[in-house]
Amino acid sequence: MRPVLANEQHRHGSRALGFLVALCLLLTMSAAVYAQQSPGPLDEAYQLLISKSLKDKQKAVTLIAESGDPISEPLLRTLMEGDLYYEEAAQRFVAGERRGKEYALRALSDGSELGTVPRKAVSKVRTNNAVRKQIREVLATLTLKSADPDVRLRAVNELIDANNDNLGAVMRPLLETENNAKVSAALQTGIALSELQHGEAQQRLEAIDSLSGSLNQTVRNTLRRIADNESEAPELRTAAADALQSIAGRIEFYGHLETLFFGLSLGSVLVLAAIGLAITFGVMGVINMAHGELIMLGAYTTYLIQQAMPGATGWSLLLAIPAAFMVSGAVGILIERGIIRFLYGRPLETLLATFGVSLILQQLVRTLISPQNVPVSNPSWMSGSWQINSVLSLTYNRLYIFIFCLIVFTALYLILRKTRLGLQVRAVSQNRAMARAMGVRSARVDAMTFGLGAGIAGVAGVALSQLTNVGPNLGQAYIIDSFMVVVFGGVGNLFGTLVAGLSLGVANKVMEPWAGAVLAKILVLVFIILFIQKRPRGLFPQKGRAAGN
Amino acid sequence: MLISRILKNDRGGQVFLAILTLVTILVPVLNLAVPADSPLHVSTYTLTLLGKYLTYALLAVAVDLVWGYLGILSLGHGAFFALGGYAMGMYLMRQIGDRGVYGNPDLPDFMVFLNWQELPWFWQGFDMFWFAMLMVMLVPGLLAFVFGWLAFRSRVTGVYLSIITQALTYALLLAFYRNEMGFGGNNGLTDFKDILGFNLQADSTRVGLFIASAVALALGYLACRYIMNSRLGRVAVAIRDAEDRTRFIGYRVEHVKLWIFTFSAILAGIAGALYVPQVGIINPGEFSPLNSIELVVWVAVGGRATLYGAVLGAIVVNYGKTYFTAALPDFWLFALGALFILVTLLLPHGIVGLLRKKEKVQ
Amino acid sequence: MSFTLKKLSLATLAITALSSPFIVLADDETIKVGVLHSLSGTMAISETTLKDTVLMMIDEQNKKGGVMGKQLEAVVVDPASDWPLFAEKTRELLAQEKVDVIFGCWTSVSRKSVLPVLEELNGLLFYPVQYEGEESSKNVFYTGAAPNQQAIPAVDYLADELEVERWVLAGTDYVYPRTTNKILESYLKAKGVADEDIMINYTPFGHSDWQSIVADIKKFGSEGKKTAVVSTINGDANVPFYKELGNQGISAEDIPVVAFSVGEEELAGIDTAPLVGHLAAWNYFQSVESDENEAFIDAWHAFIGDEERVTNDPMEATVIGFNMWTQAVEKAGTTDVDAVVDAMIGIETPNMTGGTATMLKNHHLTKPVLIGEIQDDGQFEVVWETDGEVPGDAWSDFLEGSKDIISDWTDPVRCGNYNTVTKTCSGQNY
Repeated sequence: MRPVLANEQHRHGSRALGFLVALCLLLTMSAAVYAQQSPGPLDEAYQLLISKSLKDKQKAVTLIAESGDPISEPLLRTLMEGDLYYEEAAQRFVAGERRGKEYALRALSDGSELGTVPRKAVSKVRTNNAVRKQIREVLATLTLKSADPDVRLRAVNELIDANNDNLGAVMRPLLETENNAKVSAALQTGIALSELQHGEAQQRLEAIDSLSGSLNQTVRNTLRRIADNESEAPELRTAAADALQSIAGRIEFYGHLETLFFGLSLGSVLVLAAIGLAITFGVMGVINMAHGELIMLGAYTTYLIQQAMPGATGWSLLLAIPAAFMVSGAVGILIERGIIRFLYGRPLETLLATFGVSLILQQLVRTLISPQNVPVSNPSWMSGSWQINSVLSLTYNRLYIFIFCLIVFTALYLILRKTRLGLQVRAVSQNRAMARAMGVRSARVDAMTFGLGAGIAGVAGVALSQLTNVGPNLGQAYIIDSFMVVVFGGVGNLFGTLVAGLSLGVANKVMEPWAGAVLAKILVLVFIILFIQKRPRGLFPQKGRAAGN
Repeated sequence: MLISRILKNDRGGQVFLAILTLVTILVPVLNLAVPADSPLHVSTYTLTLLGKYLTYALLAVAVDLVWGYLGILSLGHGAFFALGGYAMGMYLMRQIGDRGVYGNPDLPDFMVFLNWQELPWFWQGFDMFWFAMLMVMLVPGLLAFVFGWLAFRSRVTGVYLSIITQALTYALLLAFYRNEMGFGGNNGLTDFKDILGFNLQADSTRVGLFIASAVALALGYLACRYIMNSRLGRVAVAIRDAEDRTRFIGYRVEHVKLWIFTFSAILAGIAGALYVPQVGIINPGEFSPLNSIELVVWVAVGGRATLYGAVLGAIVVNYGKTYFTAALPDFWLFALGALFILVTLLLPHGIVGLLRKKEKVQ
Repeated sequence: MSFTLKKLSLATLAITALSSPFIVLADDETIKVGVLHSLSGTMAISETTLKDTVLMMIDEQNKKGGVMGKQLEAVVVDPASDWPLFAEKTRELLAQEKVDVIFGCWTSVSRKSVLPVLEELNGLLFYPVQYEGEESSKNVFYTGAAPNQQAIPAVDYLADELEVERWVLAGTDYVYPRTTNKILESYLKAKGVADEDIMINYTPFGHSDWQSIVADIKKFGSEGKKTAVVSTINGDANVPFYKELGNQGISAEDIPVVAFSVGEEELAGIDTAPLVGHLAAWNYFQSVESDENEAFIDAWHAFIGDEERVTNDPMEATVIGFNMWTQAVEKAGTTDVDAVVDAMIGIETPNMTGGTATMLKNHHLTKPVLIGEIQDDGQFEVVWETDGEVPGDAWSDFLEGSKDIISDWTDPVRCGNYNTVTKTCSGQNY
């Protein structure tokens, strides 16, 4: 069996033909497409690539990289990303993507669709860390001259991290033609780094000077090595130590920024989890123990929509937001109509009934879907991080969820403040009898309000599905925190929930480095208990008559 | 007689105590005296199970005292129960002595394992039974006193109070999970050998514990009933129904709440202390806020503000749990959930309310 | 008063009626097998699969004619992830249902909880999960890995093959990670790793906000020396942990994570993209190619009716335990616990990675150790394995308190906790 690249013009090599025939065919066809290309090394590489041995695969990568064939870049990239498959029937390599029980195949050369095949028809070309690392380095060299400045920047940074001896020699010619400021700066860092290690004494001092503001990890490590090395010249060591100190100051500053971001991000998760409860518990006075399960339903909705729309992770996530709102909202209305409406005026008993609901919903999910966690994937734009510099990066998922939290909050705030429903909700929650007397259909308003709170919980579930496990226990993990946030912020005050959630998040993250994750959480709880003694109605107590029991 | 005076207007209580007495006499006899192959024989498994239910019943009485009569919905009573249990567990751990895995005469196994050199100060004294029993009552009582003193003085009421009691038990849960705390972390305390020199695995010891639980329940019940018959009890009910008015009349509402709350916590602690030797383990899971909610549900199922209703609720729900986890393992949560909903909706006064209604119809 | 009496008699009647499920008539025609795995609560995620595995094995065994000509009958109970309930259910299985053997437990605390009951009623438990060691009961057979069958070979692989010099030992705060990390710390120090090159971190169960810890790991790993994370992070906390690693740009090539609690079943509930390339150490992977394994996977798919369901290490351990038990019962000619316990030692059965599992004198197994890299299809690619099987060591040689302790359930020692220096046996309950 000889594997061949999937390519419209390249489809050849049936088993019936002998090796020589195939070789000749390959030769002629390759020659037709890529002039002056010898098929020899690639052919061997393909054989090695489907071998079981990882050492063989490393050899294959070297061969492919050295071939200079235009196919090598997409081939290696696909391999690195783990999407390279070998189709045994057609004896070719393809890029594959799993769609349920089938694989959608694409040609490596131009990305054209090759249809779908059953799972058993293709076998994955497996890699390990060593192979992927090797490919990454190979690709960095290949992409140094890419037209896209971002790709170039990444390549340059890869090379700086690798810190090979020829770093300066590779980068100097590139700097002359580089017109992008960021890439130029990175190249200069690379050259300075090279001079720092291999240059003359004077050059090295100058290099330290130019590197003293750099936050690059390799630079810092190199400087530290010099500062700690007693055989280096004293003046060089002092310079390196000074440079390190100025770098340390900057790092500390960014460290504080990072903690703040971590805190806000944790806070935004708390706010999202709690904000639906701020409606059902805060506005309506229902101690909704099933709130966590409504969040869980939102997360499961995300999962089900992703299952229904394979290959469109991003869109399915966006679609999941309204869908989760509808699903959880509908369940919420069902709970309200079926149970809670009989319990108004007995808030503590709503706790018991909704606790029963929460048990049923959990077990329902276990029975209908699975007791196991289910996988919810992140769209590519939710993965990775926004690299501000080499010590501060903000992860995209957290960033988006923070923004999402603010959007949800604003939307909810507007609904309650600016719409007719909002007016009625506030009227009913402040004085039910009076509102009814004014012609508000309080039963309908109750159902809508509870549905709104539940729906928002569902939306929170969509966000949480991007951060954590989606399983039957998802809700339980957030229910207590949610209550704490609402109570701390002041029951009935939406703005209080926002401030409470964010400040608890930041407090937690500020304490975490010295207290540890568990103690930080305990301290936050103790703080809430004590705070409630001081201000029994939370941060922003409701004022006026509605504040009474 | 004092007992008959306490139970004068409490027919449910009379029935309950009569049944309890009957069970307390009958079950040990059927366990020890009747041969194992007789259909009347009560196995040690059933005996231990019933003993466990009795401690739960005492816990439920403690919750009913504050919820039913004082109007404080505590979502943290599990914490007092667990603290009592830990105090007992510490005594039982010290009784192991050098029979532990590592054979260290002073340190429990988990401390040897964490490389601790000496017993921490808060483990001192627990080798003495009287001291441990004192702590069983003192630790939950003190915590309840401090917590209540802060909360009632600041007039934290209603939902807020419920939520911060939940925060309390949650914080304790997290704290006890920490191995550094010195309470065995997630594994808690287990592998007990004997109590007061009696082997914990012997049938006679189990019978003894069962009787002790029954006696504790009976005494706890009588004490609660006594309080409720007293002036203090009537003020408590007044507070439940109209706190502000009671305060304006001149009663020190905070003091009444504080004393009853503390007493209830002590009862919960005693229940925990009796629970631990019978189930053989105490771990931080007992602090779980869900446990505390569940025990509120027992009281609701049985019927609030009757005391014997709490006992009934605790036994019915737990029996259901035992039965369904074996008979319908995949569906018992449905049954449990449905029970909570139906009781809240259809039986606002619990099972006791149902029985009473029938009585009235008759 | 007559009313009270009527009520009293009614109540007594009710009690008698209610207690009827407690009275179970023993059936001599079948051999009862207890299954003690949580079907609800937090551990249901992992344990339900093992319940199904036992049921499948019983089903298969019955098709083969049962054991000693008798059919096997499963008694399934749900301890609901509630540790005291584990003890209660064990008592129910042994005293009421009179089962001959129990397959069950996952967490260490559940095993610790049932242990006194097993020893009191002389039951028999097969425990199928990798655990922290430091235990060997007469009534328990440990078919999962001891620390020397998972943690130590994994560290050897990282140090020798990947040249790792700095170590992050991250775990959930409970006894298994604590013990494993203690063993590893002492092992690493013995290998010459300096104190400042070891970072130990504990987090609570279900920890979901890993931002700060991952940032710390990143800093720790950025100081020029090759760094790896040895993770004993439990269950639910793993997904957010790996997601955070991926999002903060830490790839397996920079800082590999080797996990001891992440298997195929856990991966099935995760979007595996951020995990690709990270490692796990187990004694079995579904991807291992052997006849036994293929037959097992096919049987599992047929039994569960779902081609997508995966197999994992604790399942293999359950199967090995089950096969050993049936062999031991046949060998002993009875299901009597003492006879079976004695017959168990030395029993051999093929494992699913092409080797043989032998039951040792300390109630632990011989197992091969495999290191696998996570692939994006949720499977593992084996990158390294030990030559042959490693015998399980109940008492770690790298812990101060247990260096001198051995376990030997054969004559003349017959002790799970025997100090070879003082020649004494301690901590036994039977």
